[in-house]
Amino acid sequence: MDAGDAAWVLVSAALVLFMTPGLALFYGGMDRQRNVLNMLMMNFWCLLAVPVVWAIGGFSLAQVPFENDWIGGFDAVFLRGLGIEADGGAALLTALFLGMFAVITPALISGAVADRMKFSAWAIFVPVWLMLVFVPVFKWVYGGWLGQRGSLDFAGGTAIHVNAGIAALAAVLVLGKRRGWPAEGHPPHSMPLVMLGTGTLWFGWFGFNAGSALAANGTAIQAFSNTFLAAAAGGLAWALVERVKDGHITNLGAASGIVAGLVAITPGAGFVAGMAPIWIGLAAGVICAYAVSLKTRAGYDDALDVVGVHFVGGLVGSLAVGLFSEPEFFGTDVMAGVFHSGGWDLFLEQALANGVTIVYSFVVTGLIMLALKATVGVRVSEETEATGLDLAEHAETAYSTGTASLAGH
Amino acid sequence: MKLITAVIKPFKLDDVKEALKAAGVAGMTVTEVQGFGRQSGHTEVYRGAEYTVDFVPKVKLEILADDGAADTLADAIAAAAQTGKIGDGKLWITEVSGVQRIRTGERGADAI
Repeated sequence: MDAGDAAWVLVSAALVLFMTPGLALFYGGMDRQRNVLNMLMMNFWCLLAVPVVWAIGGFSLAQVPFENDWIGGFDAVFLRGLGIEADGGAALLTALFLGMFAVITPALISGAVADRMKFSAWAIFVPVWLMLVFVPVFKWVYGGWLGQRGSLDFAGGTAIHVNAGIAALAAVLVLGKRRGWPAEGHPPHSMPLVMLGTGTLWFGWFGFNAGSALAANGTAIQAFSNTFLAAAAGGLAWALVERVKDGHITNLGAASGIVAGLVAITPGAGFVAGMAPIWIGLAAGVICAYAVSLKTRAGYDDALDVVGVHFVGGLVGSLAVGLFSEPEFFGTDVMAGVFHSGGWDLFLEQALANGVTIVYSFVVTGLIMLALKATVGVRVSEETEATGLDLAEHAETAYSTGTASLAGH
Repeated sequence: MKLITAVIKPFKLDDVKEALKAAGVAGMTVTEVQGFGRQSGHTEVYRGAEYTVDFVPKVKLEILADDGAADTLADAIAAAAQTGKIGDGKLWITEVSGVQRIRTGERGADAI
């Protein structure tokens, strides 16, 4: 394969990997002091478990062969056939790059179940959810039947954000509310961590979106530009909504808007051009700023707003592809959006792809959670919830101020 | 023997310390505390949800003083800590039945 392409995709893969620690900080700062390490470990667990599952069979079932309608096969299990002699490592590079996406997708769900899920249940949930939900949906969207019908998802709006976002909703419905929610406040314990995580996510997202061109070419450059502009527009929109609604521009509002903008541009990063990323970012920032208050009205405890930001932002962005897709700009033959004389066909395909993903992911995630609830249990004890998961689940404390004596090793 | 306890605004600590040193005080104990009085807490907004923070950070000083010096020192603290705005804090004087310097075993006024 071309040296420039290989270099760019390798760098992009590393950038995408870096998003998971970034997400951990983004969520960890929003969490409470006594649960921050549990939140970090839920994310890092994805970095430990998913690569192994991906190598054993995840990648093969998700992508090999690419033409399969519903599910891949066993041709590439245990990384079989991913040598470097035949194709210079191109297939192995694809498996690696997509593996980074497989890591962060279940990690997104952790923000919803924060503060109350048993770590043992999460440890099982991650690989099971990856194989039963992520892998099939990923296949349908990339190469499978939804993709073949013409729906577009450049870097994972439907397959990743809508998928994980709706799974988060199913998970919290089985898990139940945190003690005292919503009457007892759960404000962020460290806004600086949230801002650091946001910057890390934005940085990594250039690999996520521009790397999804799978080449160092013009599409990658346009995807990079879209990622830059949509994130800024999303942050700007959320900040301004807050200024009007609540009177202040807040760090959390700006950070949430940046992430909403990034989520929303993901599906269209390599399909839209011009000012479209700014319109998409602005729309996502405004809509998500209002969507996060749905949970208190509807009564589901999505602790850190995975539904409000990732599900809603992903859906907004994915449907926006149906409006803004501009194949002429990219010189491709994908369907054009409403604003580029493509009619409503693409929009309807986008709606179908997301509708299918929503139903499948919601139902199967709910069943996985119910199975876990009936076996290992999904909820920590009331005492653990009150004293904090860091100490009870991991025997660690994030901010230690006392001294300790060695009791044995 | 008296114990003066003062709860003041944290940014006034340096002024109070200097005033007390000028008045001849040889030592004090300072603790960061939280509480509320007439100045109630404040509100914070995260993603549109409003949170009330009931307790305000304050600094608590404890100074041991001879019976005759206590009122003067209390006035010095009050003068240095005052801003005239709500939340300046409070101080009170209590009777102490015994004091001992740990290093030497001195008791009473010698131990101050």
